[in-house]
Amino acid sequence: MKNNWWKIVAVLLLTYTLYFGLMGTVPRRAILNESIRNVYFHVPMWFAMIAMLTTSLVYAIKYLRTNDLQYDLKSVEFTNVAILLGILGCATGSLWASVTWGDPWPSDPKLNSVAISMLMYFAYLILRGSFDDEQRRARISAVYNILAYAVFIPLIFILPRLTDSLHPGNGGNPAFSELDMDNQMRRIFYPAVIGWGLLGTWMATVRVRVRMLEEQAD
Amino acid sequence: MQELRTLIGKEITLEWRQRYALNGMLLYIVSTVFVCYLSFKLKANQLTPITWNTLFWIIILFTAVNAISKSFTQERAGRLLYYYTIASPQGIILSKIIYNSGLMLVLSLTGFGFYAFVMGNPVGDLWMYLVTIFLSSIGFASSLTMVAGIASKAENNGALMAILSFPVIIPMLLMVMKLAKNALDGLDRGSSSEEVMILLALDAIVVSLSLILFPYLWRS
Repeated sequence: MKNNWWKIVAVLLLTYTLYFGLMGTVPRRAILNESIRNVYFHVPMWFAMIAMLTTSLVYAIKYLRTNDLQYDLKSVEFTNVAILLGILGCATGSLWASVTWGDPWPSDPKLNSVAISMLMYFAYLILRGSFDDEQRRARISAVYNILAYAVFIPLIFILPRLTDSLHPGNGGNPAFSELDMDNQMRRIFYPAVIGWGLLGTWMATVRVRVRMLEEQAD
Repeated sequence: MQELRTLIGKEITLEWRQRYALNGMLLYIVSTVFVCYLSFKLKANQLTPITWNTLFWIIILFTAVNAISKSFTQERAGRLLYYYTIASPQGIILSKIIYNSGLMLVLSLTGFGFYAFVMGNPVGDLWMYLVTIFLSSIGFASSLTMVAGIASKAENNGALMAILSFPVIIPMLLMVMKLAKNALDGLDRGSSSEEVMILLALDAIVVSLSLILFPYLWRS
């Protein structure tokens, strides 16, 4: 119980987010209208995905330093959760875009960058599938994981800011915090970010435990 | 430094002894250009500059993936093991990056010459376009060499090379195409300086990562 308090926090925070995210008052904005509530779901999912990928990178580096297969398991499971969050982020984003921008997949540099990064991490999973030897698979996929992260960061944070993007905070558009969010919304947004991050970590740790038990059973 | 020079010399000698591979790549790019030329039904002069530019860089992308994927597979495993006992991993990866940059420069310049010959040449600022080709050769070579190293460790590395390298190379390809578009329109050179800087920064990231990560890769 002592080590599991954060799981309770995750449940509480997400219940809070779900209830007040859907029922609470939000500022009225042109075009956005009620869809502004998606800020509590779409944006925190991307934050959580980036956090999961960073954790995966840390475990990849740890694996290369120690050659302990346990780190490799953690690295791949955090990537799996990140991919799931990425797909959910794409789905919520596409729903939001079809309401506000009038197109479920508008030609926007940020969307394309994200699509490329998803391809990169799918390639990571395929690369893992092509090895039989565990140590070899772990070492080579850790190397590719680090390389992929180094491409992912400029792709997500640097390139979209250089061109025109529909997303807030890019291409000269103001970010949410400056214009659209009031303090009422922040009170739900920040717990949502923490809640989704904790939920992702929880999922990854459960998957790691299952994988370890499977290996012990073999 | 001495080690690097010897290793690059070795790569060049090896290529020269297996000239069919080099000639094969040259023929590959020339025939691809010719296929594109014929596909447009000899109406190449009706191509808009954007299509012209995009087509050229896609040809270069495929040539680069094909040419560089063989850089770890053309030597037998036993011989690679021998190099690893006498040279440092940094020396090996750096010599391969430098050699592949040179190879890509030769291939893309040949490709550009033939492409401009059959498809017409709408480039406004030729020197800037050549600088773009130069930068792209270094960039493609540096990011693809490391990926080729990763792919060569897996069994069916032909397909794996493509799926691993395309996403990794896209940021670089987009920057190169933007730079090439500026040169094509003959824009003021100062307006391209930002793209050049980003391209060099991406190169620096990939080369330094290759130097750090290759020692872990080569032992497996």
